[in-house]
Order: sequence, then C-alpha cells, then structure tokens
Amino acid sequence: MARANVKKSNWTIIVNLVLLVLVIIWSIPILGLFISSVRPQDNVLTTGWWTVFGEHGELTFDNYRQVLGGRGYTFVDSAGNTVRASGDNLSQAFLNSFTVTIPSVIIPILIASAAAFAFAWMIFPGRKFFFTTVVALLVVPLQIALIPILRDYQGLGLTGSYLGIWLAHTGFGLPLGIYLLYNYISTIPRDVFESAFLDGARPMIVFSRLVLPLSVPAIASLAIFQFLWVWNDLLVALVFLGGTADVAVLTQRLATMVGSRGQDWHLLTAGAFVAMVVPLAVFFGLQRYFVEGLMAGSVKG
Amino acid sequence: MMERRIEGKNLGAQALVAIGRVAVSLFVPIVAFVILWAGFVFLRDSNASQGIIALVAIIWGVGGVAMLFWVADWVVNRLPVMAAKKLQPFVFVGPALVILAWYLFLPTMRSLYLSFFDAQSKTFVGLANYVFAFTDSKMLESFVNNLLWIILGTGGAVGFGLVIALLADRSRFEKVFKSLIFMPMAISFVGAGVIWRFVYAYKPAGEDQIGLLNALVSLFGKDPQAWFTLRPWNNIFLIVILIWLQTGYAMVIISAALKGVPDSIIEAGRIDGAGEMRIIRSIIVPYIFSTLVTVSTTIIIISLKIFDIVFTMTNGNYGTEVIASMQYKQMFRFYHYGRGSAIAIVLVIAVIPVMWYNLRQFGKREGF
Repeated sequence: MARANVKKSNWTIIVNLVLLVLVIIWSIPILGLFISSVRPQDNVLTTGWWTVFGEHGELTFDNYRQVLGGRGYTFVDSAGNTVRASGDNLSQAFLNSFTVTIPSVIIPILIASAAAFAFAWMIFPGRKFFFTTVVALLVVPLQIALIPILRDYQGLGLTGSYLGIWLAHTGFGLPLGIYLLYNYISTIPRDVFESAFLDGARPMIVFSRLVLPLSVPAIASLAIFQFLWVWNDLLVALVFLGGTADVAVLTQRLATMVGSRGQDWHLLTAGAFVAMVVPLAVFFGLQRYFVEGLMAGSVKG
Repeated sequence: MMERRIEGKNLGAQALVAIGRVAVSLFVPIVAFVILWAGFVFLRDSNASQGIIALVAIIWGVGGVAMLFWVADWVVNRLPVMAAKKLQPFVFVGPALVILAWYLFLPTMRSLYLSFFDAQSKTFVGLANYVFAFTDSKMLESFVNNLLWIILGTGGAVGFGLVIALLADRSRFEKVFKSLIFMPMAISFVGAGVIWRFVYAYKPAGEDQIGLLNALVSLFGKDPQAWFTLRPWNNIFLIVILIWLQTGYAMVIISAALKGVPDSIIEAGRIDGAGEMRIIRSIIVPYIFSTLVTVSTTIIIISLKIFDIVFTMTNGNYGTEVIASMQYKQMFRFYHYGRGSAIAIVLVIAVIPVMWYNLRQFGKREGF
C-alpha cells in the first residue's frame, strides 16, 4: 500500500512537470509579445525581449499611449529629446470593432438556431437536401464569395455600411452555426417537445420558451467562436468595410500599422496586445459554457 | 325576408371581418417595415456621435432580425390552418436559406461556371484552367505543401491536444494548464504574425539576435538562420504556428470527451492488471475515437483552407505556397478569374471525402 502511494505521488509530479514544460513553451511567444510591448523603441529593435530580466531592464507605457491616443502627443525618448509623434487612434477602432462584432454574433445565432430547430424537429419538403447543402457549404472558402457579393453591394449601396458587414459575417458564419446548433438541439429529448406540441403550443412559442433556454450552452460556445472569428477577422472587413478610418476595425488598423510602421515593432506589439485583450476576456469569462457546448456538439456517445 | 336580411348582414359582417383581417395582416408588416426603414435612414444620414450611432446600430440590427421573425410568424398564423402548417417550417428555415444562397451557394455555382472561362470571363476554354491547376509547377508545390499542412498540422494539434488532455486529467492544476494552452485560440492571425516574428526574427551572425530561435541557436554556437528561406523546413516553421493556435481547441474537446469515459471500465481494466499506458491505448482512446475523428475533421478543413499564416509570414515565397494563397493571387493579383475560380473549386472537391463522412451522421431523424 505504502509503495503504491509513493509510486503514485512520483507519477503526479512527473505529470505536472511535463505539463508545466508544455505550458511554458506555449506561453513564451505571448510573453515575448507582452514584454516587447512595454519596452522602449530602441531596445525592442536591438536586443532580445528576454534581456529585460538582465541589463536592459527599463519599461515604459509610452507605446500604449501612442497607439491608443488620437492626435499627436509628446514624450521624452531614451536620449532625453522631446519627440512628437502622431498616435494611431486605436480607441476609435476599438469602438468600431464592437459595433461590427456584437450584431455579427447575435444575428447569425438567431437565424441559425431557428433553422437548426426546423431541421431537427420539423417536417418540410427538401429538409434533407437543404441540410446536406448547409453542411457542404461548411467547406466553401469564403474567398469565392468576395467579388460577387461586393458587386451586389455596390448595386445596393451597402459597401462600407455596418449592415453590409453584419450580413456578410452572418452568411459566412451560418453553416457552422446551423451545424453546431443542430447537433445540440437534435439531442434534446423527444418528450420535451411532444407534450408541448400536444398542448397545441405554436412552434414559435416552443422555440422561444423551450429550445432557446435549453440550448444556452451550445449558443454560448457558438457565440464565443463567432465572436473570436469576427473580432479577429481581417479579410471580410477589408473587402466590405473599405479603408476609411472612421469605420475601420482593430485588425484593419493593426494591418495598416504592419504596413506603414513595419519597423516600429514597439508599436506593433502594443497594438497587437490591445487587439487581444477583449477576446481573451470573453474567452475566460465564458469558458465554462464553451466546454459544455462544444461537448454537446461533438461528442456522440 | 327576415332570413335573407340576416344572411345578408352576416355576409356583410363576414366580408368586413375578412377585410379587417387582411388589413391588419398587412398593417403589421408595413409598420415593421417603416420602423426598419426609419432606422436605416437614421444610420445613413445621422451626424450623431460615434457612440450613439453604434448603440442605435446594434439595437436596430439585432431588434430588426428578431422583429422580422416575429412578424413572419404572426402573418403565417393568420392564414388558414392547412397553409399555416405547410409554411410554418419556412418561417424558421427560410431566412437562413436565403442568406446562405446569396452569400455562399450562388457564388460557388458562379465560380464553377467561371472556371470554364478565360481570365476576363469572356471566352469558353473548356478544362484549360483545371489543366493549369493540376500541372503548373507552383500549383503542384502547393498541393504537396497542403498535404504537409494536413498531416503535420492536424497530427500535431490533435496529438498534442490528446497528450495534454490526458495529462491534465491527472493533475490538480488542470484548469490553469488548460486555460494557458487554449489562450492562442483568442488571437488573430495578424496578431499571431506579430508574435511569431519575435520567435523567427533573423539578424546576421555576430549581432544581438532579437528572435528567440536564433538566440538559442547562437547560444549553442551555431550560425543564426533566416528560417523562412530555409527550404523545405520553412513550411514546418509555419505549420508550428498552426499547431500552436489549434492545439487548445483539440485539447478542450478531447478533454471534455475524457470526462465521459465511465470510471467503471477503467477500474475494470486496472483490476485485470493493465498498466496506465495499456488503459489509455486499449480503453480510453477507442472510447473517445469518434471525438478524435470530429476534431481531426475540423482541423483538416482548417489546414486545407489555410491562408492567413502563409500570407502574412512569407506571402507564399521560398516554396511555401498553399492552395488558398494560389487562389487569392490568381484572383486578386493577376485578375485571372478563370484560374482563381478553378482553384477554388478544386479546394471544394478536395474536402468532399471529409464532408461525406460528416453527412453520414445526419441520420433518419423524425420530426413533428
């Protein structure tokens, strides 16, 4: 018995050590980004970020002030000169990202959950054909759609409008949304619906009172997926939102910075970190639902 | 006489009721439409501050969709019972079908059509674009690379995901470990590009290295390398980024499946004298096999469509081209719509086996 215990505690130490090594490897790139974002410009370009633990220890938040600030602002550089630099106004882009992302998450979820409900629990002509097509569309690369849709938008006056990009994200997000929610909604026990339908409840009532509340874990995990995808998307925003600064989202501004300030790594790192903050917060906040919902969608037992 | 009058009155009343019903049925959608239109005009022309516009836009967009569903359902329920029953499912599934047709289905059909035409989509060229897709040296290179992405990327992400999930299951600090491994999932490809520059950055020998990998190489007394020009290994350096991004996803799902393995089977294995490795190989892995397949499917599709990492890190140079980056270049750089469309169709065809597997799962479900 005692021997078994010794063996067991050795085993857990090894498990934790291996995990620790893996986690460190996984975290190092992000740590490097964060440290670089709080280092002065000259240091970022000349020495490795890990040297902050030694000789090049100075840290600064100037990079963040510069990327978030709107107009020009001044700071004192390492040589003691006062430097005036123009900011990148990421605050505005931050707000734009929210305006684009929130409806682009909620609208496809509303539409996808309604469709998934119909596919799972209603009889109508073409049900199997339509569902097959939806799953097939999962694999269509969205690049296919960019030019035809852009032409339609020019005809409708939707280019550069929020409505246009919401609809685009809805269209591109629907196949996965319907697929994931179908997997979940179709596993709700049949009796739950039977009694409701026998009582003569209208499908819309069944949908809004029963299906939606029961599907919260799946909806939450889909919401996280769609949120991460829309918030981090560059291509769709670039094509449908256009280049004007007053509607540009964070990734667009960041990509512009990569282009125009390719050498200003201290600003790029700060910008990249600003863009990461919200998705990380969303992920850690909704983590619990995420696991439950994904489970339901993918594990068949 | 009396009867007739009553009958007439009834008829008149019925007609009035019918007209009233139609009027109400029309009135509600019209009001809904006017509200939506007013919101649209406000958003288009208003000079209010950014914050207010954003708020109105969000409420209008989300509320509008919910209202459309509600109005459609309301109208359908005004119809005679038989018609209502027939139309009801389409209230739910209709919006999704319309949007999917517009955004994905029709563009795909259009690409299929255009793939038989020349660069300007004017002259019919038969299969010439497909011949190009399967013979051009850059295309062949991209096929080989994509295969590498699928095998190493999927294998790496699922392999690491499985190992980490199994280990974390046996650790007290499971949550912390899993959260940290999952973190890269929250990062955009643009952001990941910036992050990995600090790993792969290159400076000539003798200078201070700012890239982690070259600093390590220098530490062991070797010459620093320009990793992205180092064929054919540069593909693997790019695939590492995908593994880094996707392992968290594989881990979360596999880990959830592990929780579903009944303790009793594992216990039975222990009693029969099986070691930990044997239990994992002969009990746990077969039990969660369908989950492993689902996760692999998802990551195979991601690897097949991989674009952003290649595009931001090497732009397809130095022998790192993949199918999606070839498609993008033909379409948006050379404006050869025929070839671009053909490559896109090849990409769709390549996923058919994966798709077929997924469709088998759509069983013979009964509806109401």
